[in-house]
Amino acid sequence: MSKILVIAEHLGGKLNSATARAVSAAVAVKGEAIDVLVLSDAPDAIAAEAAQIDGVSRVLTVARPENAHPLAAVLAPQIAKAAAGYSHVFVPSTTFGKDIAPRVAALLGVAQVSDVMSVEAAHTFKRPIYAGNAIITVEADAAHTVVATIRSASWPAAATGTGSAPVEALAIDVALPAHTRFIELKQGSSDRPDLQSASKVVSGGRGVGSKENFDIIFKFADRIGAAVGASRAAVDAGYVPSDLQVGQTGKIIAPELYMAIGISGAIQHLTGIKDAGTIVAINKDAEAPIFEIADFGLVGDLFKIIPELEQALG
Amino acid sequence: MKILVGYKRVVDYNVRIQVKPDGSGVVTDGVKLSANPFDDIALEEALRLREKGVADEVIVVGIGPADLTAHLRNGLAMGANRAIHVTTADAVQPLTAARVFLKLIEKEQPGLVILGKQAIDDDANQTGQMLAALWDRPQATFASQVEIADGKATVTREVDAGLEVIEAELPAVITTDLRLNEPRFIKLPDIMKAKSKPIDTIEFGSLGVEAHDHLKTTHHAAPAKRSKGVMVKDAAELVAALKQKGLL
Repeated sequence: MSKILVIAEHLGGKLNSATARAVSAAVAVKGEAIDVLVLSDAPDAIAAEAAQIDGVSRVLTVARPENAHPLAAVLAPQIAKAAAGYSHVFVPSTTFGKDIAPRVAALLGVAQVSDVMSVEAAHTFKRPIYAGNAIITVEADAAHTVVATIRSASWPAAATGTGSAPVEALAIDVALPAHTRFIELKQGSSDRPDLQSASKVVSGGRGVGSKENFDIIFKFADRIGAAVGASRAAVDAGYVPSDLQVGQTGKIIAPELYMAIGISGAIQHLTGIKDAGTIVAINKDAEAPIFEIADFGLVGDLFKIIPELEQALG
Repeated sequence: MKILVGYKRVVDYNVRIQVKPDGSGVVTDGVKLSANPFDDIALEEALRLREKGVADEVIVVGIGPADLTAHLRNGLAMGANRAIHVTTADAVQPLTAARVFLKLIEKEQPGLVILGKQAIDDDANQTGQMLAALWDRPQATFASQVEIADGKATVTREVDAGLEVIEAELPAVITTDLRLNEPRFIKLPDIMKAKSKPIDTIEFGSLGVEAHDHLKTTHHAAPAKRSKGVMVKDAAELVAALKQKGLL
């Protein structure tokens, strides 16, 4: 029977919602146990959150001062050691998981399944290649541990609040390297919803035209309580910081409502939004590829349309 | 200091990918092939470090069939000093590629290895991290800025929460993100010059690398398509439609 170890992602003492999505993928394996591993300098509050996720059997904590920041070189040896006895190690396919999971896989001497979209059987998965233009079915060797990253946009977050899994401290005796050091995290402070988990997202593209003009996108997003995203073109042009980028190499998201404003819809961008519930496109070019996948399209000048939208909202 | 750069050949990013009707793969016959865009960025960064005097030799590495030579010549034309071609007719998975790189590292003793964060064909995003683990050295993935001084790399990384800065003692593995630099274009005289630059050819089998890949791809399918929706005539109609769906 399968036993799955899910690696918790957290920041600032709070569990990231990508963890509960990875738990959903673990549930789909239909194994006998799902344990969540929290590595932190102060794991207790995070572990308490993880313990409430439905389907979690146990929460394991490793408290070490070296775990204050998520450095792959430091976390991977601990995860590889903790993985003994588990058939699967699942990590969210976020920049956190993408950084750490392959390092764990290599320490275990196994391949990794990246961006799991669906679990077909305990060792059979679907994942996207070529920016999501092809979906492959892969079979992992059942004789080895499966290390996989879980594509957040493909999985709902497991319900939380009803579970009450026991929390156990784990002592992992492994030497940690000091060759990699955390210096700082530069974070844009924002009261807006988090782009990765927001139910509504308003994104701007090159059509917005400048950093100053992007204000109109931020204001409209605030008006409807949405997170703000951007196309690669808008980020490359310096309109907004890189952590707002949506697409193949940025964030892959699945909000209920996605509004693409002044975004033409390059294939690399569409890869990041194809799991969205409803896609709205506003663009002055009626031929823009974004209209091919939009549920609602509106052709026109965004600087005229956005004020009209605000007015229509009442 | 030597810098080793991974230089993979992939289907060009402008090509519209078609899945073969029998699900056995994607159509690659007659399709334009190019350097993986992230690898061009990796090579550019290595060349800039050489131009700054931080490095003195840049080596591009390719793993693939005999005709990969022409692709490696492009890397030489861009400015690499020499190339290493590990020849194999089989596609290699990331763990195998990492093991190949480790063998080359043992021989070349580079101070830095720069790889693309992912190849745009398999989108695996694994090789750099796996190599760093096998080599037992630091990794700085998704780099958008790199500074080398005093035997260490200070790397700004594009992470979901913003920009993270880490410090890694050399030797180390860096993987590139899109905004690290803009790769230079190859000029005609450089293509001529590249013809005389050396390409070492190493037979994959001679490296003694285990190639038992644990993943079998059993089927390829086209993704589910979103159907085209409706065009609305103005803002009021759009808001009404979204309100009706309970989205606003």
